[in-house]
Amino acid sequence: MRFGVVRFPGSNCEQDIVIACRYLGIDVDYVWHGDTDIAGFDAIVLPGGFSYGDYIRTGAVARFSPVMGEVVRFAERGGPVLGVCNGFQILTEAHMLPGAMLRNRGLKFICETVPLRVERNVCQWVDLAEGTVVRIPINHNEGNFTADAETLARLDANGQVVLRYCEPDGTRAPGGSAPNGSTDDIAGICNERGNVFGLMPHPERVVDPEASGTDGQPFFTTIVARLAGV
Amino acid sequence: MARYEIFVTYKQGIFDPPGATAERALANLGYDEVESVKIGKYIRIEVADGPNEMTRVAEMCDKLLANPVIEEYRIVDAEGSVSAR
Repeated sequence: MRFGVVRFPGSNCEQDIVIACRYLGIDVDYVWHGDTDIAGFDAIVLPGGFSYGDYIRTGAVARFSPVMGEVVRFAERGGPVLGVCNGFQILTEAHMLPGAMLRNRGLKFICETVPLRVERNVCQWVDLAEGTVVRIPINHNEGNFTADAETLARLDANGQVVLRYCEPDGTRAPGGSAPNGSTDDIAGICNERGNVFGLMPHPERVVDPEASGTDGQPFFTTIVARLAGV
Repeated sequence: MARYEIFVTYKQGIFDPPGATAERALANLGYDEVESVKIGKYIRIEVADGPNEMTRVAEMCDKLLANPVIEEYRIVDAEGSVSAR
C-alpha cells in the first residue's frame, strides 16, 4: 500500500501530506509533475498549494501536466485519487469531478478551522457515519464551489456530496454555512464511482493529537483499510 | 502574424464576486445609476498566419483560456469579426 503525492510547481502542502501519511504508518513518496509513470502507487494525492501560480484559473495549467494523463487513466481503472484544496481545483479543471471553483464570496483568503458535516455518500475515502461533524482547517481564496442545478441534483441523488460546511452542531444555517459562499455549502465531492474525492479542507493538518487533533485521520486510513480488504 | 483579442466573462447566472464588490463600491461612491458590473479577463494572442486561425484560437479558449463550466468568451480578430461561445 503506497501513496504517491504529486508535486506541481507551486504546490506547497505536499510535505504536509507526506508527513501525515508517515505519521499514520502509510508508505508514501513524491511524484514529479513531469513524470509519466505512476506504476507502483496504490493511491494518488494531489496536494494543496498554488500550482503554476494559480495563473489563468486555479488548477487550469496543472491539469495539463504530463503526470495528469496517467492520473486520469489510473482513476478510470478505479484507482483512488484524493485532491486537497488546490488538488480539488485541479480535479474539477480536469473534469474528473464536476463543477468549478469561484473566488470566495467575500473576496477574502480564508484560513480557519471549520465544522464539516459528513453526508450520506458513496466515497471510498470516507466511512464516517452520516451526520458526523469533523473540524478541519480550510485555507483558500477560490473554494466557492459552483455547478448548474442539474449537476447539483445529480450529486445529491448519487451520494456524491461527501462534506458540507455546517454549524458546530451539524445543522446548516438558512443563509448557508459556507464561509466562502460555496453552493449548497459543498466542501467535498466524489465521482459516481467514489474513487475520486476532492475537498477544500486540509485533513492532513489534523492527524496528530499533540498538534491539532485527529479529525483528519480517517480521510487517509479508510482507503488504506479498504484497499487492504480489512 | 494575426492578432486576436479574447474577452472571458462569467456565464449568465454565475456569481461574479469581484463584479459584485465593484458594484457595491460604486454605489457607495454615489454612482446610483450603476445597475450591474461584471469583471472578466482580457487576453491578446498573436499567432503566425495559417489556416483555421479563428477555429484554433477558439479551441485554445475551450481547452485552457476559459472554463466552459462557468465562463463564456468572445474572440475579436483584427477586422472586428467576432466568434463567441
